[in-house]
Amino acid sequence: MLDVKGLHTYYGRAHILADVALSVAKGEVVVLLGRNGAGKSTTMKSIMGLVPARAGVIRFLDQDITGRESHAIARMGLGYVPEDRRIFAELTVMENLEVGRQKPREGAPTWTAERLFAIFPNLAEMRDRPGGRMSGGEQQMLTIARTLMGNPRAILLDEPSEGLAPVIVEQMANTIKALKSEGLTVVLSEQNLHFAHLVADRAYIIEKGRIRYTGTMGELAANDSVRAQYLSV
Amino acid sequence: MDFLLVQFLNGLASASSLFLVASGLSIIFGVSRIVNFAHGSFYMLGAYVAWTLTRGLDWVAFGHLGFWGGILIAAVVVGLLGVIVEILLLRRIYQAPELFQLLATFGVVLIVQDATLWIWGAQDLLGPRAPGMRGAIDIMGQRFPQYEMLLIVIGPAVLGLLWLLFHRTRWGTLVRAATLDREMVAALGVDQKLLFTSIFFLGSFLAALGGGLQLPREPVQLNMDLAIIADAFVVVVVGGMGSVGGAYLAALLIAELQAFMLFVPDFALFGVTVSISKMTLIPSFLVMAVVLVVRPYGLLGRPPSHARIAGAVEPVVRATPAELKWLGYAALALLVVLPFFVGDYGLIVATEILIMVLVAASLHFMMGPGGMASFGHAAYFGLGAYGAALMTKHLMAPMAVGLAAGPLLAGLFGILFGWFCVRLSGVYLAMLTLAFAQIVWSIAFQWVAMTGGDNGLLGIWPDSWATGKDVYYYLTLALCVAGVLVLRRMIYAPFGYALRAGRDSPLRAEAIGIDVVRVQWAAFTVAAVFAGLAGALFVYFKGSVFPTYASIPKSVDALMMVLMGGVQTITGPLIGAVVYMGLHEQLVRLTELWRLVLGASIIALVLAFPQGIAGFVVRLWLKGKAEDL
Repeated sequence: MLDVKGLHTYYGRAHILADVALSVAKGEVVVLLGRNGAGKSTTMKSIMGLVPARAGVIRFLDQDITGRESHAIARMGLGYVPEDRRIFAELTVMENLEVGRQKPREGAPTWTAERLFAIFPNLAEMRDRPGGRMSGGEQQMLTIARTLMGNPRAILLDEPSEGLAPVIVEQMANTIKALKSEGLTVVLSEQNLHFAHLVADRAYIIEKGRIRYTGTMGELAANDSVRAQYLSV
Repeated sequence: MDFLLVQFLNGLASASSLFLVASGLSIIFGVSRIVNFAHGSFYMLGAYVAWTLTRGLDWVAFGHLGFWGGILIAAVVVGLLGVIVEILLLRRIYQAPELFQLLATFGVVLIVQDATLWIWGAQDLLGPRAPGMRGAIDIMGQRFPQYEMLLIVIGPAVLGLLWLLFHRTRWGTLVRAATLDREMVAALGVDQKLLFTSIFFLGSFLAALGGGLQLPREPVQLNMDLAIIADAFVVVVVGGMGSVGGAYLAALLIAELQAFMLFVPDFALFGVTVSISKMTLIPSFLVMAVVLVVRPYGLLGRPPSHARIAGAVEPVVRATPAELKWLGYAALALLVVLPFFVGDYGLIVATEILIMVLVAASLHFMMGPGGMASFGHAAYFGLGAYGAALMTKHLMAPMAVGLAAGPLLAGLFGILFGWFCVRLSGVYLAMLTLAFAQIVWSIAFQWVAMTGGDNGLLGIWPDSWATGKDVYYYLTLALCVAGVLVLRRMIYAPFGYALRAGRDSPLRAEAIGIDVVRVQWAAFTVAAVFAGLAGALFVYFKGSVFPTYASIPKSVDALMMVLMGGVQTITGPLIGAVVYMGLHEQLVRLTELWRLVLGASIIALVLAFPQGIAGFVVRLWLKGKAEDL
């Protein structure tokens, strides 16, 4: 479904991503693990066309999307949930959802505000509250719901557990599992190995802009040296 | 009492007109972050096109429909024109620095000015009265025109419609979201091109509607564009950029103050009559000053979001290469011997260019190392000119006193205006400098007793020892070269380092003990003083002073010189001044349509060299060097 090969990204002269490659099949939940500044967010932004890729090929649904504009990529059914949430602070919950709304898409789960409220019951109680007056956890729920309103085939979830209370993290894991059971393909980035184990099928480990390891979550659990080298703080 | 009520109603009517224009400007800025100078031109075009259409349709005997239909159709036509400008020009420069966007839209202003002159002629045109609204109604014994009553209603009605549009439609929701975070909106699958184009239609439509509705109130004329844009800028800054409700509130405040100011009696200051009631821009100034102190981002505005992609890092200012230094000495030597080779005309041109070089260098000082873009630098040039002229005219002072008084006056106003300006940054600062410049202009224009108003002050010549063209040339050369060298020296002094540190990273500069605001305030004042010196030199050179010395086009001239040369090179603005003045001189001589050619050149320049000419040359040179290696 999503294929990235030889991706190089720069910020000015700084070389951020070097030869990143990943491949995600339909219905999979894949986690991109790495420490702060390893290049997780930049990988997602590059795929989404928010940061230009200097070299490499990004394919989505067997089409080359390298260099396309973000809105065109989103229109193909690739959703993006940014790490800093980026809720429209002065828009209400309903209005935030409205901005994300796109037409139903064949071969992808179809979402309405009401269906999303069933998954995120907190949001249902604050339909008319401005996004800026919500807690961090509520905002995180809203930003995922907003992206789902576009009825995506796959979503890029940038550090969904970051800064959330443990109870909410648990809730978030259940949500991602629910999305997977709907048939949604999910790529998420994480620093939290525990959280990754709860939801993901496979993992890529990224460090200093390079992919260092790839394997199933089971294989990663068995490989102490890789975990120690790339993930321990 | 009843008279007060009528005055209050007059204020409401004016507020409506002002609001229509300002709301369009504010909406466009909110989404596109472009400060659209051409907004005033759309307002003017709205009035002109409506004038033609209402007359044209009247012939076909449409009656009421002819008048109202004409105004509406005119607004739609101008709205479409806005769309064309957006697609052909602005779409290419959304990523360019803010100043280049401002300049490009000013290019549109110039083109529209000449096109309007060419189509409708220079005569003021009297519009038709509104059919069915020619009479007046009786309000507590006072007669109040029906049409004004209609305007009072139109303002809040449009405000309400805009509110519904922005809060009850999907399009409006998307626009509000884009105002907050454009990148996120794109990542959610919204094509912003359509959004931007439609917002330009709406904004231009509102401007033209405001212009068309002025038809029964005032004659249509060629200076409507720049007159309204300054007012609209003030309203938008006071209301908060991007806030429609804020725009109405600000328009109301300013219009009411203007209406009631007519009651302030004239008084005498130092023996000169001061007639506040005639200085209509003063209330705008007062409101703006108070609001910006209390709420720097306007009544209903928010601080600009920092979500935008990090801007380009400013290049380091390096020591002057030896080659360039020798080139400088050679140029200076050439200037010293110039009078032996050229006649009076050549000397006149050279003197003027030298003065403009000083203007460019002073503006560059605050823009380059200071990072403060000024769109109203002509204010200080004009203040310097008036400072000198008033000394000579009213006090019979010798030229030396005038040459000192000019920079002094400019510096004092630099301290005053700078205090407000350095509290803002980026495009907010640029708009504020422009508003201050308009205030200086309006004082010069409206305080007839002191400044002679539009007729200016004439017969201000140098002392007898300096009347020779060559002597005055040498005087100018000495003062301008000294000024440029002092400015240069300051850039390389600790003061210049502190200034650049504050520009590049205000937080870190503060953390190492630099009072950024104070350093910038000082730089602002320094720039004003040297612009004032240039203005004083210019007065004795021309023998007269006019309000146009402080006008918007003069400010843009200064900006063009700096930007043509490249903001981040020190020598660039000097070259820019020479090239621009040469170009200007030739254009005015060659063609009647020089505004059109100049406007087109500005646009071409912005599209072709976003780094300026010197920046472009430096890049070529560096590239050549890199290939040599």
